[in-house]
Amino acid sequence: MSMLKIKSSTLRFLARTILLLFWSAMAVWASEPNGSSSHGTNIFAPSSTPAKSIADLSIFVLVITGIIFVVVFALLFYSVVRFRGRAMDAGREPAQVYGSTQIELAWTIIPILIVVVLFLATARVIHAIQDAPEPVGAVQVTAIGHQYWWEFRYPKLGIVTANELHIPVSDPSHPTPTFLQLLSADTDHSFWVPELGGKTDLIPNHPNRMWMDPQRTGVFLGQCAQYCGMQHAKMLLRVSVDGPEDFAAWVRAQQSLAVEDAAAIAGRRVFETNACMNCHAVAGTPADGRFGPDLTHLMSRATIAAGAAKNTHDNLRLWIQDPSAIKPGSLMPAMKLSDGDLDAVVSYMETLR
Amino acid sequence: MSSNAITIPGTQIQTRPWVDELHEWLTTVDHKRLGILYILSALLFLVIGGVEALVMRIQLMHAHNNFVSPEVFNRMFTMHGTTMIFFVAMPVLFGFANYLVPLMIGARDMAFPRLNAFSFWLSFLGGLLLYFSFLGGSGLYGAGSAPDVGWWSYAPLGARAFSPGHSSDYWTLALLVSGFGSIGTAINIIATIVSLRCPGMKISRMPLLVWLNLVMAGMVLIAITPLSAAQIMLLIDRYLGGHFFDTQAGGSAVLWMHFFWIFGHPEVYVLIIPCFAFMSEIIPVFSRKPIFGYPVMVGATVCIAFVSMSVWAHHMFTIGMNSYANSFFTLTTMAVGVPTGIKIFNWIGTMWGGKIQFKTPMLFSIGFLFQFLIAGLTGIMLACSPFDWQLSLSYFVVAHFHYVIVGGILFALFAAFYYWYPKMTGRMLSERLGKWHFWLFLIGFHLTFDVMHIPGVLGMPRRIYTYEPGRGWDTLNLIISIGAFIQAIAILVFVANLIISYFKGARAANDPWDAWTLEWSISSPPPAYNFATVPTVSSRRPLWDLKHPEDPDSRYE
Repeated sequence: MSMLKIKSSTLRFLARTILLLFWSAMAVWASEPNGSSSHGTNIFAPSSTPAKSIADLSIFVLVITGIIFVVVFALLFYSVVRFRGRAMDAGREPAQVYGSTQIELAWTIIPILIVVVLFLATARVIHAIQDAPEPVGAVQVTAIGHQYWWEFRYPKLGIVTANELHIPVSDPSHPTPTFLQLLSADTDHSFWVPELGGKTDLIPNHPNRMWMDPQRTGVFLGQCAQYCGMQHAKMLLRVSVDGPEDFAAWVRAQQSLAVEDAAAIAGRRVFETNACMNCHAVAGTPADGRFGPDLTHLMSRATIAAGAAKNTHDNLRLWIQDPSAIKPGSLMPAMKLSDGDLDAVVSYMETLR
Repeated sequence: MSSNAITIPGTQIQTRPWVDELHEWLTTVDHKRLGILYILSALLFLVIGGVEALVMRIQLMHAHNNFVSPEVFNRMFTMHGTTMIFFVAMPVLFGFANYLVPLMIGARDMAFPRLNAFSFWLSFLGGLLLYFSFLGGSGLYGAGSAPDVGWWSYAPLGARAFSPGHSSDYWTLALLVSGFGSIGTAINIIATIVSLRCPGMKISRMPLLVWLNLVMAGMVLIAITPLSAAQIMLLIDRYLGGHFFDTQAGGSAVLWMHFFWIFGHPEVYVLIIPCFAFMSEIIPVFSRKPIFGYPVMVGATVCIAFVSMSVWAHHMFTIGMNSYANSFFTLTTMAVGVPTGIKIFNWIGTMWGGKIQFKTPMLFSIGFLFQFLIAGLTGIMLACSPFDWQLSLSYFVVAHFHYVIVGGILFALFAAFYYWYPKMTGRMLSERLGKWHFWLFLIGFHLTFDVMHIPGVLGMPRRIYTYEPGRGWDTLNLIISIGAFIQAIAILVFVANLIISYFKGARAANDPWDAWTLEWSISSPPPAYNFATVPTVSSRRPLWDLKHPEDPDSRYE
């Protein structure tokens, strides 16, 4: 077993060296133009323990399969070139060989051994990721998939938010991982933020669990990976990994009720006398709909419509006026408000910090 | 029929008006004509499914493209997948099996000729039902639609709450009806092989093509039945108030996944095993050597069939199975790689020491070997469940299974077309166009599907009609789309070759490839009754024995 370990670590080293150029080229390709705080979606740029152990295992598998490829391809190439028919052998048949038990045994046993090695390496990672115990200090989040947005609830902290998940950075010496419970309100969805971990589906009547312990701060991108209906493509996902102070501040802000701003009273009235409040909640007001995202702290989010548009005045106005202009198939209806009402509601939204 | 057929008084087909000819084809129970009908219907759907793929590739050429709406895109990938699996791959392989199995075992027809015709027309009706959904999907008032829930129609998306109208009912009926057709054909193939082999053709002397089709037919019986059962349950849910998959009433979405994939994974082997069969006939002939390790090839196929029945949940690694289940399905899936690897080694062993002739069928066969090797290796990556948690549902998976289905199955099929077209039509396919077809398709294929692995690794999920710019996916998708168009051109060259050669191709002799199985002992195309006298065989290569009486195979078996 120890020999196997040495072998696999040497192989891993070899693999890293060989693949370094390839993956770094890929990382450059995938890099985001806008600064270092935003991370891409490359599965070989992991930032948390599950994603890292998957990437390490993946490289091990890539090396093994790469070696198999080189060997078998060499055999194939050699036999095609070496044994090509030549004009001079016209009419003469080659020696008729029917098989060889020894050779058959060899190419049965060697693959079986490779499968055993691959399986053992895989089983170890499956166990390490899936059966990891939840430590006492873990942050708990319930993620609920909706057509086509994400609801995030922090049962211990009393927070409800949407589409942009905030979790604390996890210091390896003092880990604060986040454990997600995954539910669905309608169809199947899948939570996938490649640099933080593999994907896990959100299935109605079938609660799932996943965890991550990001070791770098910044915004990590992802999106729904399981086809969930017409607008599956724009069910984007952002995970903001915050430093301890930033996370504590974010939690405090999210726990507060909605800001009461007298200047926006007209907009609030429009919001509460139209269908808006049937689907959306604003904590501290009569609006307590649960079909759409919670809007209590809408302005704390960088995007609207599950990441489909930046959270700007113009986008917000367009979204309320005609959601299908941004996201065809969105379940939010066009509210057909007058221009005055529309402006009032937008100003009300902009007070929800 | 051609002039070199042996004629028996009263059976000559006179030149008739085309109506009679059409009537002949529509009512035929001849296994050869039904085989050709299967193949022609598959070619028709291949072109339709290909156009659907091109629509998707145009839409995905760059980020935020607006070539089609999300609804249309979702219909395209649903119809493309369903069409290619159920109405291209299955029928074309059944077509070849129908045509070749009786000829190769020295039989005069399938065991149940009328069941054969019934099965073909059921499967064709299934295809028509699927496409009728474009007209009648939202009721007959002309609001066209088509199913848009993906080819696996995961619950609860297929439930009435999420799929109102009738488009997904047409999908269900299409699969149910064509499924009955498949079961009929599978029973027929098994019965034919069991009961109609010519004298001397012991089960250990059957050509590998016959052996592998026997295994395939057995798998169809096991795999199609749960799919049909699931479709019936879905209809009960949708119309009779059942709650099998209705999650809002406590039904189980996971149950549907199990039903679908216990069909879906064996289905992959149902499709690839007949292609292994083509390879096992074509590679020996063009290497001028018998297949290396015949008994091992049979054993490996049977082994694949058994193991592939216990791998289905590798399609479900992301649904939150426990670690034991994930480990089990990782092991079984990797284990399939062993017999599959044995097959690849045996084909290489067949070429080893041979005198390889690079005719078009052999070019496609070598392409098959190369691509199937890579497809198998990416399959090992996906079998490793943690790796799969990243790769599943991404473009890497799309690249992987197209490597199997296009790089493997379609290449093997092209090889089979070039190899058996002379037998079926009495004309050779043009080698010149064939080489154009091969190289264009090879370049297009690799441009598309090699590159397609990378966006998957970079986090691009499948089934999205558009994507955000700035994630490194744009250029890759453009290259993928260009490759798709090169493949489309190659398919046009192929279809042109089929048509032109039918009228102007060189006349094919009985045995243009100097081959060894029984179909080459009779005229091209064969007469309706196949064999004037039922042959007797004494080895696996009866024509080798005839051509080399000084050194017959029968001496070594």
